[in-house]
Formats: sequence, structure tokens, C-alpha cells
Amino acid sequence: MATEINAQSTGATAVASKAVTVVLCGVGGQGTILAADILAKVAAASGMQVRLSEIHGMSQRGGSVITIVRFGTEVHSPVTDLGCADRIVSFEATEALRYLPYLNKNGGKLLVNSEEIKPLPVLIGFAEMPSNTVEYLQKHGATLIDSSAIAREVGNPKATNIVLMGALSKDLDFDEKTWEDVIAKRVPPKTVDSNIAAFHAGRDAVK
Amino acid sequence: MQVADTKKLLSGNEAVAQGAYEAGCLVGVGYPGTPSTETMESFAKYDGVYAEWAPNEKVAMEVAGGASMAGARCLVACKHVGVNVMADPLYTLAYTGVNGGLVLLAADDPGMFSSQNEQDTRFHALGARIPLLEPSNPAEARDFAKLAFDLSEEFDIPVIVRSTVRMSHTKTMVEIGERVEHDLKPYTKDPSKWVMMPAFAKKRRKVADQRVRDLMDWGSKSDIVRAEYRDKKIGIICAGVVYEHVREAMPDASVLKLGITYPLPKAAIASFADEVEELYVVEEASNYLSSQVAALGFTLNQTPNAIPPDDEISPEIIRHAFGADKPDFETFDGALPPRPPSLCAGCPHRLVFSELNRMGAIVTGDIGCYTLGALAPLSALDSCVCMGASLSMAHGVELARKFGSGVDEKFAKKPVVGVIGDSTFAHSGITSLLGTVYNHGDGILCILDNRTTAMTGQQGNPVNGITLQHRPSHELDIVKLCEAMDVEDVQRVDSQDLKAVREAFKHAREFDGLSVIVFCSPCQLLIRKKESPYVVSEDCRKCRSCINIGCPAMGADEEGRALINPTQCIGCGQCAQICPFDCIKSTAEG
Ligand SMILES: Cc1ncc(C[n+]2csc(CCOP(=O)(O)OP(=O)(O)O)c2C)c(N)n1
Repeated sequence: MATEINAQSTGATAVASKAVTVVLCGVGGQGTILAADILAKVAAASGMQVRLSEIHGMSQRGGSVITIVRFGTEVHSPVTDLGCADRIVSFEATEALRYLPYLNKNGGKLLVNSEEIKPLPVLIGFAEMPSNTVEYLQKHGATLIDSSAIAREVGNPKATNIVLMGALSKDLDFDEKTWEDVIAKRVPPKTVDSNIAAFHAGRDAVK
Repeated sequence: MQVADTKKLLSGNEAVAQGAYEAGCLVGVGYPGTPSTETMESFAKYDGVYAEWAPNEKVAMEVAGGASMAGARCLVACKHVGVNVMADPLYTLAYTGVNGGLVLLAADDPGMFSSQNEQDTRFHALGARIPLLEPSNPAEARDFAKLAFDLSEEFDIPVIVRSTVRMSHTKTMVEIGERVEHDLKPYTKDPSKWVMMPAFAKKRRKVADQRVRDLMDWGSKSDIVRAEYRDKKIGIICAGVVYEHVREAMPDASVLKLGITYPLPKAAIASFADEVEELYVVEEASNYLSSQVAALGFTLNQTPNAIPPDDEISPEIIRHAFGADKPDFETFDGALPPRPPSLCAGCPHRLVFSELNRMGAIVTGDIGCYTLGALAPLSALDSCVCMGASLSMAHGVELARKFGSGVDEKFAKKPVVGVIGDSTFAHSGITSLLGTVYNHGDGILCILDNRTTAMTGQQGNPVNGITLQHRPSHELDIVKLCEAMDVEDVQRVDSQDLKAVREAFKHAREFDGLSVIVFCSPCQLLIRKKESPYVVSEDCRKCRSCINIGCPAMGADEEGRALINPTQCIGCGQCAQICPFDCIKSTAEG
């Protein structure tokens, strides 16, 4: 018959050690996919199993987007659930509120770009922005940084995503050098220096 | 020793392309469609292969059928609804079989992230009697794609590799290997195999049935069907990415992982069923597996909580199905504005929809970026069903109004407009248009030629005349085509010129008979040009005309005056043309 795996007879334990789940969310076009790719490569270069799950298509036209990265010694599912994310990195403040239900209530952490971008229904007057986004997030223990401003300061306004990866890196157990190597390989050659600078500026922002 | 370079972070789609490359696949043909698109895009980049976009999936499968008959290994890739379009050749290629291995990557979309329906390709496999493999992750996708070519040649049958969005768009490290070149397999003329007229087809039908029985046995012996025994109280049959969710959710359960789900490996299921106390099927957005396992005579247990019949599933849904509580979570207590996708700033589709909205037309829409014209504030579409349906449905609306009784007067007076994109027109709009012309149809048909297949990532197509390798080729002249079809009224209009757009619609409404308007202007994502932004002057009268065209760069200040976001504005000037009071100017004008 087909392949058989018999965990009972070998006595091997089937229980996977817990994987780390990072949700990256924001607005289509903000660079969540590149950031997720870098995070996944850093985890893989550090010897972990990795699953990265992204959504293409429709939502990329300025819609709300979510990318999931999971890593650990053993990872199976590429998706996550409400109440299960260990980290949420939100590239935009109101999106942090939208994806907040994904956060694990026992020890999950929220890292947020404090910038707020108005969606079309708000621009045309069909809906309103919440008035208390930043206060609400602060009250719920979020770390807020103005990563868009930081990216402009290091001279690469597009590097908001790398600033956020810098801030996230403070809190994950990967070598600084691994991050630098992966970023250098992954971004356009001309922007390596400014992206590395953005990474460090992001790290410093959460000291 | 080989290390680093033999492993790459690949998506499921890229891994299928890698597997096909290693298997010596020569010809790739596809039509874009999320979540399948990157399969053909990445296959095309390998040395020693040939790949192209077909105008639609039916053509793709037929090209592959020919290349296979001539002895080449071929890969076809499309999204789930593309399998409907190619169903005709596919079902009969199951009778002829193949010469060179023929593999179809079909990507399903449980959860409907970017599709109009949630259909399950496995029902096509069942209907066509074509074997279907289901990898669970990118590493397996590469292995299964390679295996699929061997299987195709061994059993003389096309093979489907079914993916889902969470397989196609999940990335993991994948072990990669060398390509094994294959010479063309010799071709010998054999009408009894390739000419499917009734006398021959009747015989091939029996071959197809025998093959299914053989494949059932093959599956039960194959190592892509894997019984994993742990605690034997609960035994779960599953396949594809659902296997990964099951392993995460139920690490102690025994699992029968089916790498082939059509035909089902009956003997393997029987021995698994014998071993475990309770037998379950876990699957997503479909009852294919449970109904087919039950049809083989196995009795399934029901989970304490039901698994939803629609939408994608996740480890928590499975845990919950088997009785666990769902984890606690926090929800923002205020109201959140929705953030739907929208037409980009400067999108050439925008002014057409703002006009259609103004006209109060009945608009039968189609599939592409322009489907977003359905959303507020443009709110211009009445329907969107499948590629090509816009033009034929417009004809149907006209027929009903013309020949029906008791037609509401207001309804009878509205202009009927079909709206279709350039790629979609080439895909299946041409025959629809032909049907309308042939049958003396009426109404207005708009072809939105933005010079690309924008929605799926700006691919080339027969209208813009750009190949999969981004090289120039023949461009379809839609106006000439319409003339050749004897469409009496055809206009070509710059869709960024509001006056011209308005006049074209005015003319078309006055014309007695079918009128075609080809709206032409390139997609902003294609040209990526940013001109000086526009500004709203002090004289703004808060009429909101500019805001109502739904540009993401356009909003209002606290007093309700229009306001342009200079970083988002690309300087297209659509708002300035819309403003009835001439209050919007380019900053370049000083
Ligand atoms: C049968 C089928 N194949 C593929 C798709 C995927 N798909 C959706 S929209 C689209 C392209 C639309 O391009 P075009 O008509 O040029 O419009 P645009 O997006 O450029 O506005 C494709 C390929 C589909 N929905 N159905």
C-alpha cells in the first residue's frame, strides 16, 4: 500500500513546537509583500521552516491587504486566525484596528505606522475615519512609530516597509547581520545603502 | 557538496514552473488569472523552453493538445474558471490521450479573493475522467509537477495539478534540481486515437474508463498517498493545503493525505478506514471529497461542529469543528471605514463610467479592473458574470425589451451598454460581438482599450501586441475588425478626453442600430508618469462633481471644499475637465 508513517510505533512525538505568526497589513501598494519576503528569507537563513502567504489581485488597487509569515522549527499551515497572531505589523494606523482581532490576547504585540490614509469611501464622504485611532492603539499596548517620516529622513520615502522591519527586528531573535544581508540582496542595488539606513533607523526608533 | 543554491524561496506557482522545467517540459501556454498567473510568467523565463499567452484558455489547451500530439511535453496554466472555458478540448483530450506529457495547472480560489465564483476543479476531473494531483505546499508542487508529466505519458492522459490560492501564493524553501531534456516523442498517424468521430470515440471511451480503474490502483500504491498513523481514534482524510491546516490543528490525529484526489485510491482509503475508529473528511469550500468518499461506500463521521460549506478554512476552524473553543480576541469598538480597492488615480476607465452613471444606462459589465466601476461613487454596472458576457448580455437585454410585453416605460428608455476590456474582448468578446451583429442587435458596446491586461498584472495580449516575453508582435486593430464584421457605426475615442467621451455617447445614442465605441488610453500602471499635480482654487462651490468621479487623490476639506492630495495626484486632469466652474488647475500652469 501507499506510504505509511507510524508515529505510534516509533514513539515519535507529533506535536509541533509553536511557530511564530506575523501578520503584515496595510494598504495595497505600501510594500507589505516585499517586507514579508525579507522577513521570510531572514527566518529561512536562520535555519527555520517558513510559510509566507500573500493575496494578489483585486485588493492591490488601494484596498486593504494582509500578508502572513509563519516560522519555527516545524510549520504547517500558511494561514492564521482571529486571536492567533504573535505580532501584527500594520503599515497604516486604521488597518491596525481592522486586523486587531487577529492578535493573540496572550502576549501578542502590535507594531504600527502612525500614518493614517483615508480610503475612498471616506474621501467621497460615505464613511468617516475613527477619531481615536492612535489613542485606542496606545491603550492596547501598540508600539507606534512614524515610519513614513523616518523613511523620508533617511532619504528614501519608499522605505517605510524597511523601517518597520527594523523596528520588528528588535523584538525577534535573528542576527542583525542576517537582516542586512537579506535586505541588501532583495532591494534594488542603488537603494541598498538607504534601505540599510532605514532598517537601522527603524531599530533605533523602538529603543 | 551542494547546499545553499539547491534551495530557493518559491511560491507554489513558481514551484510548479520549476517542476515542469526539470521534467523537460518544452511548451507552456496559458492565460492569466489570479491565483495562477505567475506559473506561466516564471516558466517563460527558463532557458530551453518556449511559452506564450493564448487569447483564452480553450486556445491554450488546444495548442498544448497539438504540441503533445507532436510529441512535446506541455504545461498549461489557468485559474479555475479558465477550466470551464477549456472544458471542451479537455473532456475530449481525455479520450485521445496524449503523446508528449500534458499537464494542466488549475488554480482554485476558495475564499474568492479575486474571482467571481468558488468552483472546485476536482468536479471537472471527475466529469472528464482526468487524474488530478493536489500538492499541499510549494515543495510538493515542484515534485508533483514533475511526477505529473511521467504519469501523463505512462497512462496516456492529460494530468491536472490542482492548486488553491494558499498553495499558489504561499512561499516556502523548495529543493530544486537539474532539467532532464526530452526529445520529442515520435509521432505516428493514428486516427483511431486522435480523430474523435463516434466510431473511434466509442472505443476510446472504454479506454478512458479502464484507465480510471488503473489509476485508482496506482494511487493506492503510490507514495503520494500517505497514511500517517498517530492516535487512531480520529482519522482524517484530506488533501492540498487543507492537509497543512489539519496537521497544525490536530497534530495527534491520524491522517490519510491524498496526493491524488481523482480517481480516489479506494484500497488505500479502505485500509485507513479499517485502522481508525472514527473516519472524517476535512475539505474547504466544497463537498467533493466527502461526497466521493461516501460514493465509494465508506461511512463518514460528522464533526461535532460543522465545517462551513463555503469560504477557505483554517486550523482554528478545524479545531473548532472537532470541539475546541475558538480563541478569544479583541475587536475595535468603533466604526471602521471600509477600504475596498478602487480605480487608480488617472485610470482611463474612470471618465467612461462617470458618463455611464450620468446617463443612467443599463450597463452589462465584464471582468477586469473596470469591474471596479460597479463601486460607489461611480456605481455604473448592472452585471458582471464571466469573461465576454458583457456584450452578449447587452444583446439579451435588448431582445427582452424588444420582444417582451408589459415593459416598464422607464426601463424601456434607458440606453443599454455593454462594457468590456481589451484582453477580455480578445478572450471571448469577439464572438459575442459577432452574434449581436449577425442577429441585427442594437445598443452600445464599449471596448475599454487600456493597452494591457491590467487586473492580473499588466500582461501582454493580442490587442496591445506584446508577447509573454514582452516583445512586440501584431496588434489587433479593433476598429478594422468591427468594420470587417460589418458593424455600421464604430468610433475610436481618447478616454481621457471628457468632451470626446460625451460626444461619442451622444452620437451612439442617436445612431439607429448597433454602435461600437473603442475607448483608448493606456493604463497608468503601464506608463507610470507623474505630471505636476492639480489644485482646487478658492472659488470651489462644493458641488462635489469632481469628488463623485471616485479618484483616490480627491477628497474634501472640513468645509466641504474639494481638496487634492498632491502626493497621490498624477496630474491627469480628469477632475479639471469634470469641474463645471473651472476651479481646478494644474500647478504647472502657475
Ligand atoms: C475565464 C477567465 N480567465 C481569466 C480570468 C482572470 N481575469 C480577470 S480580469 C482579467 C483581465 C482583464 O483585462 P482587460 O479586459 O484588458 O481589463 P483591464 O483589467 O485591463 O481593465 C483576467 C485575465 C477570469 N476572470 N476568467
